Amino acid sequence: MADPMRIRAQSSGDKATVRVLMSHEMESGQRKDASGKTVPAWFIQEVTAKHNGKDVFSAEWGPAVSKNPFLQFAVKGVKAGDKIAVTWKDNKGDTRTDEATVS
Amino acid sequence: MNKASSLAVATALALSTMPALAQKTASQGIDEYRAMLQDGNPADLFEAKGEDLWKKARGPKNASLEKCDLGKGPGVFKGAFVELPKYFADTQRMQDLESRLVTCMETLQGFNAAEISKTAFGHGEMANVTSLATWIAAESKGQRFNLSQAHSQEKTFYEVGKRLFFQRGGSHDFSCASCHGEEGKRIRLQDLPMLTKNPGDGVGFAAWPAYRVSNGQMWSMQLRLNDCYRQQRFPYPGFGSDATIALSTYLGVNAKGAASVAPAIKR
Repeated sequence: MADPMRIRAQSSGDKATVRVLMSHEMESGQRKDASGKTVPAWFIQEVTAKHNGKDVFSAEWGPAVSKNPFLQFAVKGVKAGDKIAVTWKDNKGDTRTDEATVS
Repeated sequence: MNKASSLAVATALALSTMPALAQKTASQGIDEYRAMLQDGNPADLFEAKGEDLWKKARGPKNASLEKCDLGKGPGVFKGAFVELPKYFADTQRMQDLESRLVTCMETLQGFNAAEISKTAFGHGEMANVTSLATWIAAESKGQRFNLSQAHSQEKTFYEVGKRLFFQRGGSHDFSCASCHGEEGKRIRLQDLPMLTKNPGDGVGFAAWPAYRVSNGQMWSMQLRLNDCYRQQRFPYPGFGSDATIALSTYLGVNAKGAASVAPAIKR
């Protein structure tokens, strides 16, 4: 089971800035281990975010994204107390969803 | 002719913008890059993990670390980081944060301390020690270093640490002081702090544990020292060995009054 994300969502005016830190190896599939064998690719492919259950953000990621990636985006029409939920899914089918309350 | 004059104009324009660019030194550029990274320091992830590990009942004895004495009494973790390494009466030795955590993992949780100390950094229980150290350090963020020099062992370790700092050896005849003994030195674009005196807030001893962006690893002070010795072509010092703790004591006492920014983020 993957480690939890750290999500911070801060509103200013009718916008909220969402900052997400994900815990993921993000193996590119290009590296070799000590014995010379290729380390299999293992990375996040899909990221989606929901504001109070409604889709507001989606992204397709590839192996070029760094380990433990950081993502920041702004959402309109958000006020303090709203819920922002972020979900990622990797190429092994593993997925994780975490939710934060907008401050 | 026309072509030449337009080229001259273009050159003049390029030159006029040059001073503005030239004002930004390489180290300022790096500082900007660091500031950008600061907002999403993945050390946060290790911090969260460390806090969880502290509270969770684990190990053969199925106990948490909440009664662990880091020098300020059982269970007190706030402010502990800025007073380590120090002498511990129960183990009768000088200990830094990591070796102390390993002691707690043995006495409270029943783990084998020798086994953990032999584990490579980033693997198994050693990775957990690093996460724990990251969280404990974060709980003292902003506090100022104030290592004790009251016990005779603490004084001895400071003196030994100082000697180790200046001891030259290895195939390159290097010492810690070769890189960290004068102002304004750097390796490639990395500024090297002068560590024979207080290098200031959040520099040197006050910056580790830190997350290394280039390899995506969380580095504790023990690993920092280990890698310094690797770069000097010395043999690796043992984890939690007296030598590494003596060096930490020397750096920590020198940093007296400097505010801790750990866990920091490094290139």
